[in-house]
Order: sequence, then C-alpha cells, then structure tokens
Amino acid sequence: AKSSILAIPEEPSNSLSKKEVYCLSGHPTLPCNVLKFKSTTIMLDCGLDMTSTLNFLPLPLVQSPRLSKLPGWVLKDGSTFLDKELKECSGHVFVDSVPEFCLPETELLDLSTVDVILISNYHCMMALPYITEYTGFTGTVYATEPTVQIGRLLMEELVNSIERVPKAQSASMWKNKEVQRLLPTPLKDAVEVSMWRKCYTMPEVNAALSKIQLVGYSQKIELFGAVQVTPLSSGYALGSSNWIIQSHYEKVSYVSGSSLLTTHPQPMDQASLKNSDVLILTGLTQIPTANPDGMVGEFCSNLAMTVRNGGNVLVPCYPSGVIYDLLECLYQYIDSAGLSNVPFYFISPVANSSLEFSQIFAEWLCHNKQTKVYLPEPPFPHAELIQTNKLKHYPSIHGDFSNDFKQPCVVFTGHPSLRFGDVVHFMELWGKSSLNTVIFTEPDFSYLDALAPYQPLAMKCVYCPIDTRLNFIQVSKLLKEVQPLHVVCPEQYTQPPPTQSHRTDLMVDCQPPPMSYRRAEVLTLPYKRRYEKIEIMPDLADSLVPLEIKPGISLATVSAVLHTKDNKHVLQLPPKPPQPPASKKRKRVSDDVPECKPLKPLLSGSIPVDQFVQTLEKHGFSDVKVEDTAKGHIVLLQEAETLIQIEEDSTHIICDNDEPLRVKLRDLVLKFLQKF
Amino acid sequence: MSRQQAWFIARARHRFAMTRECSLLLPHVCAALADPRQPGSDDTCLEKLLDWFRELTKFDPTVELVQNNPCLTEFITSVLALPEPSPSILSFTLRLAGILAASENRFQHLQQEKLLVRLFGRDGPLNSALWEDASVRSGWVEGVHSMMHHQPALHFLCDGGGIDVIFTLQGDPSLFVASAASQLLVHMLTFSVESEMTEPLSTKDCDWPACAQMIIKHIEDSLQSSSSSHIEQSLKLLTSLFGSCRATWTEVLWLGIAKQIESFLTEETVQVQHMLANLLLRIAWSPVFCDTKGSIWALVTSALEHLTPVQAGPLAVGILRIPECPQDVRIQALTVLLQPMDCILRAASQPLEYAGLLDESVSDPATVESLLSSKSSCVNLLCQTLAHLEKLLSLIRLPVDLPYMSLLRSLMTILQFCNGFLSPASPLGSTISRILINCFRVQRSALDVLAALSKQKGCDTLLGSLFDVLLAYLESPNTNPTVLKKTFQATSKWLVRLQELSCSNTQWQQTKKILEDVFLVLQKRLYSPCWEVRDSSLEFLTALINCLKDQDEFRQSLLSSEVPRLTENLLEDPESYVRASAVTAVGHLAFITCFAPESPAIGNQYNKENIVAKLQEILSTDPEGFPRRAVISIFTKWLRQGCTGQLEDTERFVSRVIQTVEHDLDWEVRLGGLELVEVFCSQTFRQLGHPKCTYAPLSSVVTSYINQNESLHVFCRAKVFSFLFQSLCDYDKPIGQRACDVLLGLRYTFYPVRTLKDSQGAEDSRAGPSIAWLQRTLRQGSMAQNFPTDGDNGVDFQDPESMLLALDIIDLEDLHDGLNKSSDHVEKSPQSLLQDILATVGTIEENEADCY
Repeated sequence: AKSSILAIPEEPSNSLSKKEVYCLSGHPTLPCNVLKFKSTTIMLDCGLDMTSTLNFLPLPLVQSPRLSKLPGWVLKDGSTFLDKELKECSGHVFVDSVPEFCLPETELLDLSTVDVILISNYHCMMALPYITEYTGFTGTVYATEPTVQIGRLLMEELVNSIERVPKAQSASMWKNKEVQRLLPTPLKDAVEVSMWRKCYTMPEVNAALSKIQLVGYSQKIELFGAVQVTPLSSGYALGSSNWIIQSHYEKVSYVSGSSLLTTHPQPMDQASLKNSDVLILTGLTQIPTANPDGMVGEFCSNLAMTVRNGGNVLVPCYPSGVIYDLLECLYQYIDSAGLSNVPFYFISPVANSSLEFSQIFAEWLCHNKQTKVYLPEPPFPHAELIQTNKLKHYPSIHGDFSNDFKQPCVVFTGHPSLRFGDVVHFMELWGKSSLNTVIFTEPDFSYLDALAPYQPLAMKCVYCPIDTRLNFIQVSKLLKEVQPLHVVCPEQYTQPPPTQSHRTDLMVDCQPPPMSYRRAEVLTLPYKRRYEKIEIMPDLADSLVPLEIKPGISLATVSAVLHTKDNKHVLQLPPKPPQPPASKKRKRVSDDVPECKPLKPLLSGSIPVDQFVQTLEKHGFSDVKVEDTAKGHIVLLQEAETLIQIEEDSTHIICDNDEPLRVKLRDLVLKFLQKF
Repeated sequence: MSRQQAWFIARARHRFAMTRECSLLLPHVCAALADPRQPGSDDTCLEKLLDWFRELTKFDPTVELVQNNPCLTEFITSVLALPEPSPSILSFTLRLAGILAASENRFQHLQQEKLLVRLFGRDGPLNSALWEDASVRSGWVEGVHSMMHHQPALHFLCDGGGIDVIFTLQGDPSLFVASAASQLLVHMLTFSVESEMTEPLSTKDCDWPACAQMIIKHIEDSLQSSSSSHIEQSLKLLTSLFGSCRATWTEVLWLGIAKQIESFLTEETVQVQHMLANLLLRIAWSPVFCDTKGSIWALVTSALEHLTPVQAGPLAVGILRIPECPQDVRIQALTVLLQPMDCILRAASQPLEYAGLLDESVSDPATVESLLSSKSSCVNLLCQTLAHLEKLLSLIRLPVDLPYMSLLRSLMTILQFCNGFLSPASPLGSTISRILINCFRVQRSALDVLAALSKQKGCDTLLGSLFDVLLAYLESPNTNPTVLKKTFQATSKWLVRLQELSCSNTQWQQTKKILEDVFLVLQKRLYSPCWEVRDSSLEFLTALINCLKDQDEFRQSLLSSEVPRLTENLLEDPESYVRASAVTAVGHLAFITCFAPESPAIGNQYNKENIVAKLQEILSTDPEGFPRRAVISIFTKWLRQGCTGQLEDTERFVSRVIQTVEHDLDWEVRLGGLELVEVFCSQTFRQLGHPKCTYAPLSSVVTSYINQNESLHVFCRAKVFSFLFQSLCDYDKPIGQRACDVLLGLRYTFYPVRTLKDSQGAEDSRAGPSIAWLQRTLRQGSMAQNFPTDGDNGVDFQDPESMLLALDIIDLEDLHDGLNKSSDHVEKSPQSLLQDILATVGTIEENEADCY
C-alpha cells in the first residue's frame, strides 16, 4: 500500500488529542505520573514514598526494653488520650504502630482507566500492589526482567521485615484532622495522612507482579495501534530504563533515575532521546552537592577508621543497587587498609538471591562486566569475597548468624529508614558505644530523622549518601545534547534546594524554561499535534494520476472515504455513485454515502507578467500598463477599465459587468497555468 | 686577540680539524647523498653531519676545507643538477652551503663556482615546485642565516632581491619558517647597522646603511598598512629586536615608529593590541631608553589603560619587576592585577562591609565585571590574575606593598565560591559563584597564591577564618585529589605561620584546636581508598614535621593523634609510592618519637630499634624500588643529623645497610648507599679527627700510621672499601662515578700531598699480587663482571694496610676521567657518523649487485 501524510488540524475540544500529565506523587525520585497521550492513559512509574515511616517507632526484632519504656505523649493541657498511640523519645514524638506508607494520589483521576504502567527501575515500583490490586486496574505493566526480579526482592524484604514483627495495636486516632492540629511537628505537618496505608501482603505482591510483561531494551511495544513505547537503558541500576512514548509524529521521552557514571549497569542510551517534543525529567540525584566518588572514599575511610579502632560498622542499605558497587570498592580496599581479617556480613531475607541475581543478569551489565562472563568469571567480585569467607550473608540475625558473629565487623542490612528490618537490632545493640559507627549511604531518608528514635546515641554517625543519578551539570549537558522542545519536571528541580538558596547552579537550566508540576496537579503539555499518518488503500492509490509540478514533486487530487479505527486512519475508494434511481423510492439509510461531486480542476504555476502582457497585446489590448505591488503585479487595461491583479496565490480580474471580457481574460490567464 | 684566546682557537681548530680518515670517507658520503636512487636519508644523520660542519668551520675561516675537499662543491653541483631532488636533500644542501659560506673566503670560492646564486638566487629552488615544501623554505632561511656574517653575503642578498623573499616568508604558513624569517631579519638589521655604520646615528639624521634601510622601511610600511597580519609580523620582529639588541641605535629606530605603535592602543580597525604588551615590556626593560624613559612610561600607562585586563596582565606583572619603574606606573600596574580580586571581594560582601582592595577612583571596574560575568572569560581572567600574583609574591624582594589582608580575604572568597560555601549578596556575586562552583583550575591557582602569601605579614587577624576555609577543603569528600594536594601545601605553609604567632595563651588555644582538626582530617585522609590522597597526606605530614618538629604544641598534638600509628601502618600499603612516602614520613616522625632529646615515653611502639628494623626489612625485601630508595635516603638523613647513635652503633648500622644495598637491583638505591657511605666517612673523620699528614708512606711508617689511624679501621670493619671498589665496576655509570669521587675524597684525606706519577699504566712495585689484580680489574671498568669480594682474588678489603696501599697505587684520577667520558664517545665521532651513512649505502650497493 502506498502511504501519504495528511495534515489534520488540532481540535482543542477533542479530549482524545489532549496531552496531559497527572502528577500523583510529590517525591521527585519516587515518581508516579500519568500521561494521557493519543487516547491512551499511561502511568509512568509507581513509586512509594516511604519517608512517612520516619514518624513511626522502630519495630525491634528482639524485645527492646528501651523502646517499650518510652513515655506516652501528653498534650500541653495534660490530656493523655493519645499516650497509647504516640510515644516521646528525646523530644521527638513517634506513632507507636505498624509503619505506614504515603500512597500516590488516587483521587485525581480514575486509576481503573490506566491502560499501561511503565516501570523505570526497581525502586520506582514499590507502590505497584496498591495500584494494581486496589483501583480496578485491568491493564498491563511493562518492566525489564532485572527490574521485576530485584523489585520482587525489595518488596519481599519489605513485607517480611514488617510482618516479622506483628504489632498488636494500630494507631488511627492521631490522624483525625482536629487531633493532628494539636500534635508537634513533624506529625502536625505530615501531608495526606488519611492516604497512609499499611504495607501490602505477599499474595498482593505476587498478584501485582503477575500483571507485568517483561521487555528488553529498545524493544518496541505497540499500544492500541496509536502509541509505541520503548525502554532504553538509563545506566542507573540493573535493568533500569527510560522510556520513549511516541506516535508517528510525536515523541515524549520519560527520563527517570539515570546515571552517566561508570558503575555496574549498562551505560545510559542518550542518543535515542533526541528529537523529543517533550522530555519528562524525574529521578535526579537527591544529593546534588555530593560527588559519588568522594562519598565512596569517605565511606571507606570511616569504615576503616572505626574497625581499626576496634569498633563495628553498620551500613543501613537496600539489598540491591549501590551495595554491589560498595562491595566491589571494598574488595579492592580491604587489603590496602589492613582489613583482610574483618568479617563483612550482609543480612537480608533476600541477601542470597540479590547476590546471585546480580551475577546472572550479564546482558544488563556494563561492557567490562559483560566481558568477564565470557572468560568465564563472575562479573562482580563479591563472588570472591564470599568464596574467601570475607563476605558472609544471612537471611536474618537469627540462626547461623548468631553462631558466626564476630566483632569488630561490618554489617550491611536494611531498612535504610531504621524503622524495620534487622538494622533496628544492630542500632539497639551498638548504639551505646562510641567505638561503633553507622554509615548512611542511601540518600532516600534524612539521617537525622532516621536516628531520632535512637537518641541519645553514643555511636558515631557518618553521612555518605551515594547517589549516582544525574546531577544538574549532567542534566544541562544532556539537554543540550538531546534538545527536547519542552522539558517537564517536578517543581523541586526548578528552584535551588531550600537549604541552599544561593546555589542557583542546583536547578534545571534550559530554554525554554522547564514546565513544573507538583503532587495532585494536572499539566497540559504545550505542543500541538500537526500531522497524522494515513494509509491509502492500493486500489485508491492505483486510481491516482500524479502530475509533476516541479521536478521531483508530483500532485494528485484524491477523493476518498476516511475510515478511522483503533487509531489507524485509512483512505478507501468511495463507493460507486448510486445508479440513477429507477423509481422515486426513498433512499435507504445504508445507501447514504457521501456524494462525490466532480471537482473543479486545481491550478498551479505562476504567470510570467511580460509574456502575459505580450499575449494581451496579441489579443488586441493595446494600452496595457503594469504596476508592481508588494505581493505581485497589477495589469491595467486602461481602455477597458479593467484590472488584473496577479499575486502569488491568487489572480483577480476586476472588470465592470463585462462577463465576456472577464471570460476572455480568464482563459488567457489559464493558458499560463497547469491544471490537474 | 689575547694569547689565551689564540691558544683556545688553535686548540679548537686542532680538535675539530678534518682527519685523514674522514676526508677519505667524505667523497663517498657526498656521492651517496647526491644519489637520487637512495631512499630518503635519515634526518638525524643529516643534522649530525651539519653539526660537524658547523664545528669544522667555526674556528677555520680559510678556504682550505672546500679546496681540499672538492667533493663538497661537487655535491652541491650534483644536487642542483638533479631534475627532482628530494626536499630533505635540497634543504640539507642549502643549509650546508650556508654553513660553508659563513666565512668570506669560502663565500667567494662558492660564488666563483656560481653555486650560491643557483642556490639562493631567483633561479634557484625559490622558483621551483619544491619551494612548496616547508623544509626547503626552512633550509633556505637557515642557509642565509648561517652565511650572514660578512658584508659580501649581506650585499649578495640585498642586491639579489633575496630580502623580499624573507619579507614574504614572515607570513609563511609554516610557523617555523615564519619565525626563522623574522629572526633572520633581526639578525640582518643588527649586523647591517653594526658592521656598516661608522658613526653613531642621531635622531635627526637617520642615515641607515642600505640593508638596514630596506628592513626599516619594510617595518614602517607594514606598521602603516591596514593589514593586521603585516602589522603583527613587524611587531613580532620589533619585539624580538628590542629583546635581543640593546645598542643605542635601537632608540633611533623606536623614535621613528613610537607614534604609530601608540596609535594601535586606541585603533579599532586593526586588532593588534595583544602584541603590544610584550613589545612594551621589552622596551621598558631595555637600558638604552634612559633619555626617553618618560615617554615610554607614559606609553606603558596608556597601554595599561587601553588593553583588556587579560592583555594588560603580563605587562603589569613585568613592569612591577622593573626596579626603576615610577611609583604612579606601579600603582597603575598593581590596579590591573588587583582589580579582578577587588571585584570578587565587592561582589561577595555586603555593601561597605569591606573596603575592597582598591581605591575605586583609580579605575572603572565595569570591564572586569563584565569579564567576570561570563563563564569562559571569568575562569581565564582569574587564573591568569592569580598566576601573576603568585609570580609577584614569589619574588624575594617585592617591589611594591600589596594590600595583603584584602588580598587574603579575596582569595578566601574565591575558594568559598568554588566550594559553594558562600552565599553572595549581589547579582554579580551570584553569577560568579555559579561559574566558579567546582572549578578546579581556579581552586588550584588560588591555593598556590594562598601558599605564597603565607610569607607575608599583616594577615594574622584572618587566620581563624582562613583555617576554616582550608579545613573545609581538607574535609570535603568532593575535593579533587590535585586540589587536595594544593590545599595540603597551603595548609602546611600557614601552619608554620600560625606557630610563629602562637605566643599568647589565647592564640595557643586556637593553634591547638586547629592542629587537632588538621590531624583529625589527616587521619581520615590516610585511610582514603584513593592512593594519590594517601600519598599527598603523607607528604603533607612530612612537610609539617620538617618545619615544625621543634614546636612543642605541634609535637603534642601530633603524638596524641592517631596519625603516627596510621603512618606506620601505611608502610605495608599495597601501592609502592605510598609505601615510599610512608617510609619518608616515618623517618621524619622518628625525629620526634625516637631521636628527640626529650622523647616521650609512649611505650615501645616508638622504639628506635623497631623502626630501624622495619625500615631495614623494607630495604631488603620490598619488591619495588621507590620504598627502598626512600629508606636509604632516610637512613642518610638520620646519619647526617647524627641520629644513629655512637660511632660503634653507626659503624654497625652502616655496615648492615651496605651489605643490604650492594646487591640491590635498583641503581638509585646503590647510589643512595654510596651517599650514605660518603656521609659516614665525613662523620667519622669529624669524630675521630683527620689523619695526620703523611708523605709517600714507607713500609715502617705505614704500619705505625695505620695503627694510629682509627678511621681507616672503622671503614674497613664497616666494609666500606669492598662496596666502593665493587661500585667502580658497576654497570650503571653514575654509581662508578660516585664511588670514584668518594674514593678520591678518601685518598685526598689519607694522602693530602701526592707526587705525580710518571707512567700511568705501570704497576707499582709496592703492590702485591692482590692489589695488582685489583688495579688490572679496575682498568677493565664495567667489563669486570662478577667482581669478587669474597677474597678469592686475594684482596682483603677489610685489611687497613692493603686498602691504604690500594688508595695510593690505583690511578683513581685516570679511572675518574674514563668514567666521565660519555659512553658513546666512540660512536659519536664524525668518522663513525660517516661510516654509518655509508653503511646504509652499502646495503643499496649490495642489492644492486643482486640485480642482473
């Protein structure tokens, strides 16, 4: 079939052609946005804001006398009705209940209308069960294999950590708006507390994950014939992706957590982001002032200093991601720092799977690591650390670990919020000694808030956030390179960080300035759709007689019927004109097809004025005068009191009621033009 | 010519004269070079050949060389006869002809043969297709330059139109040719004026010799043209001329063009301002402008006003170094240098908070502000300004008083902008801060100036804030390793300054706190996973100990920190550079922990024996050279400082070290061993006194002399002699040379008065078979492999009598001369060069023979 493009004007009233972004999450690195694009509704990521858990008391694995003895919180007026729900610790008030999470906005639009969910990395899918299992969602989720597998591990660890420590009571009174007003900060200012939910269960996780369809980088996935989505490597984590969402003539790029540093994942694919109409930019580094290399150095130095002084090191972390790079770094470092005999423990219900998974996703790794697989060698050196017994991993502190445990040691364990998981135990165990150090490497939580329920604390605290995602300099280079027409980003990226208002270098800087969104806001994307692709059926194409207007350019007129179905447009031959009615019977409705009137021929070409004047003179017009105008010429036939106005796109013959003269002149004009 | 000069020239002529062997080889070489079938000759050989001819002709102006070696002119003729000579051979021929024509006699000879016209005249290569090749043009210019030492050459060139070719070549696309052409014009102008003028020029009556006249007219015409490139060529020529020639006539020349040059400062149609700073600087430095200095200074002042800050910077810093520079010009120059710093200070501070560096009325800051507001120019301007300031501050005697306090404040501001710690109060400040954040170039330059500023007084009130800035850099994990190194350097300099000031109690408290903070951060840096950081940290520690080891507060703070223990741990670092730096640091630490008179009782961790044993172990077992070199150099330093104990202990120590290093594979370690021995010898003599003067010792006298001479016994017991004699035969020449120097030193001490020996080679009757063997062996030099020291040869290196005899008998001077001859002295001879060239030809001939 031959194809042709027809311009279709934008219809502002047509809601199907509107392009909108619904922002459902206020957290720029844990995004959840919905993009309405060409009649499809696409959810971009499904991040879960876990900072809400910082308002809760930690869940200790072993009964903690300290936590259980914390006094209940009493209002200023002496009321004690909240003292069962709220406990006070070193001047801070915490909810004594199972930790809850702040869900993405569910009221802004009907989430059952979401057609697909695109996941960009395993950190940005933690709210998936809440969406797929509670909103009537019937669509498909797309993600890469490592994203799904590691995402499952993160969810498993989360569910396990919380379910392991059942809490008899559940606090809800404090959420009452009237009561919340009376609470001290930060509880008083906590937003959307009514939206906070307890953790999902494993069956819900499994059900959510069963809706995921696996995709590979650069794979093109058709959505309803209208849109094509493609994941691209984003360089941030194993299987992490950015997404291209495009129709034939529009392209939206969704850039989520991406990294240009050389760490373990495949490098970021920047080239494919070029020529975007809109680039949605999320997931930049949370610590733009810290250089990850420097932080790794800081991490190693502090670790070595503590251990050499006989102390233990606690590293609260996720079971996947930066931990692979940290272990690799330590692999090279421990000998130089004389730490060969210090045991490294990795404790997580999914520790074993995480370490093993990392070794089998070779195709998703950076080039260096991929080549190791062909040697064959394990791509990550932590295999050797395990082999030589320098790194040991355990599902929890119970069981084998308690037999093997030797101090001084280094423990990697979750959760980085310090509210649940095995880390709570180590905080209680080591918090009293100033020889020990807790080193924060995950940037998702404020370390001071994380430490608040453990105060007073003797152990040293070091903050070495390692965030390999794009910083603002890299973003600026990226935008210069890929040159999108419009940039859309969370409002946090359009102003300097609140604590460093003078750092105007720490914001997205591009022309035109980025459009920003915030939680529960709808943003209409600015670009206009200009073209639509239409197919011409072969028989119709055969009937066309193109005429060459200029060398290489041919035109033909088309009379056809436009069929539109599943976002595909097809031009078909018009039905044969109905036979002249034999009788004056009323036409049946089904016969009511558009009438095809014979069309007047279209004209093209230009009129050479000199030759035209000569022709006029040949035909007896003797007093021809030509005047130049801004747009063309006026040919003046003085005697006949007639004007012929010749312009680029129109020719007018102005004569006074002399139709034969007009027709004569018209025919002379037509001699110079082509018809088709 | 004085007699001495005549003698020198005669000797040189003799040395460089053509030997018979060479004159036999030369025709073959010339024939080979002129043979077009030869592949492109090796350029290095051709260069060496030209060097040889330069030496041959330097002291011999006669025509003999060309007359006795007709092959030379034949060579030139045959190259000229070639239809298409290779560019490299043609270039060689031009340069050779120039060298030969450098003396008037040979010039005439070559002229008679019409060779020079054919080479350098209009019909030569100049108008052939080969002129397109830059090497040919370069050869032409070089040839002309070589011959330009007499009037006939000058006239030959000027009369033949050659000078126009040189004018054109000033704008040659090849920078080498263009620069050579410019240099040639300077040489011709100078030569023409100085050889053809009989009377000194006056400013009114400018009767230049013909050639000089042509060049000066060309300069004047170019300066008045509207072409920037022509003006630039002339300015380059003038810069070079005023830089190299300090004759009075240059003033006359200058007066003719001064107005024109001045007009360039304000001229907008031709952009040559960037060339003016250098030219004005050369003129300002030239002593011939005494009478017109006033106008020169006015011009310089005008230049400082009109040139952009980047262009004016080098001029300003150069001017400030001229002792007789008037005060007002100095202030103007200083303004140029300080204005960017002033602008930074004003942009960062609240209005009227600080006075700034400059009186605002002196200059308009708008230009500098606009430069600082743009990313590319801001960094460039600051780096350039900082480099100039560093240069100025490193002068031993500063010609001007700088506002040190404000300068320091401005530097601190720049450093705080760079790490994003400063929130600026003005829009300009915000722009600058945005540009400078994380800019390593500016950080490095600012830290260099900061280090240089530590020598100046008057900044003491700012020390607290200064250390806040420095510590922020030392602590930040984002500090780039090179910047960190510079921060360490600046910190060590300012810590010294701080110590000098900490006399009062409050200041002592402040110093103590700063030192504690410094050692805390140093401790962390010593654990860095980046080896460069560990290395710089150790170097910093060494530098600190070197400067501050006598300060109580420093010693206390250091010893109460973890730093000494960590430093010792780094002796086992996997990176050899770090181990080497750790050795040096531990060696210096020992001055505080072990060798100080009031060594602290901190347990046996600082036990001297432990440290010596550790370093000894590194010396004998470390697989890399750097740590071993560091150990031997620390041992030498200890020995020099008298830290190795009583003489008996030192003797044992040196003996042990010698036995470890004598078989070391690294020659620098062995060389370090010889240095240690040298220090040991002088220390021993100092302690035991120099041996009494002895003259041609007879056997009976010898015995008593030896018995009295304790030093000799000490050296023998410490196995010094076996090490020294063995080192004479070392594969590495510097070892042999050093050993020979040490032995000669010993010999001069033991035999202060000596008679000259008649025959160098003959064996001394006093030498027994063993010493005679030694004498023979040493004559073989480094050929004497497997030099046995175990007594198989009968030489007892621990026997004082034999060693004293050996010192006397062995011709150490001869050995010394032999060792100091370059190892390729045979290969470097002209004969060898000619043979080399012929050898290449030989292969061609052989190949030819194979063809039927």
